[in-house]
Amino acid sequence: MATKIYMDHAATTPVRKEVLEAMLPYFTEYYGNASGIYGIAKESKKAMEKAREQVAAAINAQPSEIYFTAGGSESDNMALRGVAEALKDKGNHIITTKIEHHAILHTCEYLEKHGFRVTYLDVDADGKVRLEDLEAAICPETILISVMFANNEIGTIEPIAEIGKLAHEKGIYLHTDAVQAMGHVPIDVEEMHIDLLSISGHKLGAPKGIGAIYIRKGVRITPLIFGGAQEKKMRAGTENIPGIVGLGKAVELAAAELPETRATLEKMRDRLIHGILEAIPYSKLNGHPTDRLPGNCNISFEFIEGESMLLLLDALGVAASSGSACTSGSLDPSHVLLAIGLPHEKAHGSLRLTLDTDNTEEEIDFILEKLPQIVARLREMSPLYEEVSKQAK
Amino acid sequence: MSKGKVIIGMSGGVDSSTAAYLLKEEGYEVIGVTMGMWQEPGETEGCGNLSAVKDASRVAEKLGIEFHVLDFRKEFRENVVDYFINSYERGMTPNPCIACNRHVKWAALLDYANKIGADYIATGHYARIEKHPVTGRYSIKASVTAAKDQTYALYRLTQEQLERTLMPVGFYEKDEIRKIAANIDDFIAKKSDSQDICFIPDGDYGAFLERERGKNHCPGNFVDMEGNVLGQHKGLIYYTVGQRKGLGIAFGKPMYVYGLDVDKNEVILCDNETLFSRTVYANQINCMSVPEFTDGMRFRGKIRYSHKMADCTVRMVGEDLLECTFDEPQRAITPGQALVLYDGEYVAGGGTILGAKLPIHQRKNEAE
Repeated sequence: MATKIYMDHAATTPVRKEVLEAMLPYFTEYYGNASGIYGIAKESKKAMEKAREQVAAAINAQPSEIYFTAGGSESDNMALRGVAEALKDKGNHIITTKIEHHAILHTCEYLEKHGFRVTYLDVDADGKVRLEDLEAAICPETILISVMFANNEIGTIEPIAEIGKLAHEKGIYLHTDAVQAMGHVPIDVEEMHIDLLSISGHKLGAPKGIGAIYIRKGVRITPLIFGGAQEKKMRAGTENIPGIVGLGKAVELAAAELPETRATLEKMRDRLIHGILEAIPYSKLNGHPTDRLPGNCNISFEFIEGESMLLLLDALGVAASSGSACTSGSLDPSHVLLAIGLPHEKAHGSLRLTLDTDNTEEEIDFILEKLPQIVARLREMSPLYEEVSKQAK
Repeated sequence: MSKGKVIIGMSGGVDSSTAAYLLKEEGYEVIGVTMGMWQEPGETEGCGNLSAVKDASRVAEKLGIEFHVLDFRKEFRENVVDYFINSYERGMTPNPCIACNRHVKWAALLDYANKIGADYIATGHYARIEKHPVTGRYSIKASVTAAKDQTYALYRLTQEQLERTLMPVGFYEKDEIRKIAANIDDFIAKKSDSQDICFIPDGDYGAFLERERGKNHCPGNFVDMEGNVLGQHKGLIYYTVGQRKGLGIAFGKPMYVYGLDVDKNEVILCDNETLFSRTVYANQINCMSVPEFTDGMRFRGKIRYSHKMADCTVRMVGEDLLECTFDEPQRAITPGQALVLYDGEYVAGGGTILGAKLPIHQRKNEAE
């Protein structure tokens, strides 16, 4: 079925028209290698430095603190492995959470095999890190705290400013995976005491394959990729100028439109959430009710399988997901839903709809009309539901 | 048309960027230079490292001035980093910025200025350069903003260096400089001030010295003034005169580092009172507003950057050996730091502190 309604913006977003237009000249016209000293190379370099300013301005950083990468996963790997390597003489303990993206979790597992100790913090039922848990986990060997800015599955926004304050007081670096939050909620690396921050382009209207990492001036970190002197020797490889230009433009647009976009999406999101919860019994919102990403709706339905829901939605031309895009397709229930205390069977029956400004009120109406029918149909086939219905009568 | 050609050392920070802006506004032909001094893999801060080069070139581009990067890593390594490490290993507490200013920044910039035929060099220091009204010699005068005064680290500059130096930000308050910087761009105006020592951005001197020289710092004894052993220290490099915190041991009463004995590998501890001394000996004397130091001259002296100036009298007790006697005892006279003497607002000169007492070999010289 051709997709008519796209509600999986947390998985990826279409490239914005303005972004594509900004990028186009750098494929065929200004194709110079930014390391050159001739005319078109200078154009490439100029465009790259402008993008660096655009990204820096959006998070209150200095342009020299922004390094371009190939995406969020690379930025996460660079932050964790780079700091671990650089500070291994200082300590070997890293603190993160149980609800991080796999780019963090699997990197931590790798580091555990190489002499580091990792504490995976629990979260509360809304998916929030408890500051007292974090404080209790800190020890003299702790060199890095990595807590995501906002969760990709359940949308919960973590108390990064408070975490940053604590990390700052203890003299420990704070990294945050802001792949989902960037461009959707305000981020200020100074106010929030963030030392490292991961950004991905394709979650905010830039193309796939471009990302960035903010590294606070003075932070000790070893590069992941060695080679040429690009990105101040912190990330070798000829720069992806069109991608960088696209990222800069997308971040600039998102930052400028943020207050308006946020208000619009929150209104739409809340109508969707409340509409579903009211229309469908045995349904529950996952994630924090208010401290959540403006476009994120994640709901569990008892007695049914999320995958079946996705297939029926797809048949209607609706693109949605049951967990994160990287988890869908695996048989294991989402580690995030398990971490907020959902039992296996409920974790299996969850649906994530993530909105952006290309969604319309009519599309929300359509979901609110069709989803109750889909859930009802699936429950009719569920022996578990039959039993519960009988008991209720 | 042009008031002259000036080479400005640019770090990409708010002060030197604004200095470049001010000079251009005043009608000088400005050429920006970033001095590549120090870069280690994974380091994201520091004087003249790649971040500084990027920031400075960005500012130069905005100002529309010529910009070059000069490689002074060898000079910086020899004159500043090695000196810093050697001093620590000799039980002293060095001030690397003073050495950098005289031997690297000014020497290098003037050399470059001569090569390309520039009239002046400039920096973003909060200080003013004027001729002393009585002696007629060039001198550094306190900045209009006492809060950011940077005269202390500049006392070693020579007359030749001062004669050709411009310091445009010395005429402004820091807040005013930030406002002016907004004319360049918001990033510069908001940039935080650099802290600590540029080649040790995380401020962990111990770890730096270990990286440079390996972990060969021998533990030894804490002793009292009478030589009684009080406990074990981690290695001399981790201690400085006057230090109380981080001794890693409780002595029943507050104890402070009195001195470091390199020969015996001992850290000598004392109570707070014993830390005070009226006399300071210094060598490597540099004269600025005064042509020479003569016995009985009165000044106000500073024994470290954060020290509150105090009245004192000087006496030359050797060819390059100055004795400075404060009217009131001063706390924690630290070998390796600078004694800077002020004549009113002007820097009269100063030297490197040897200690509150003359080292033994110097005492012999004096007797001869």
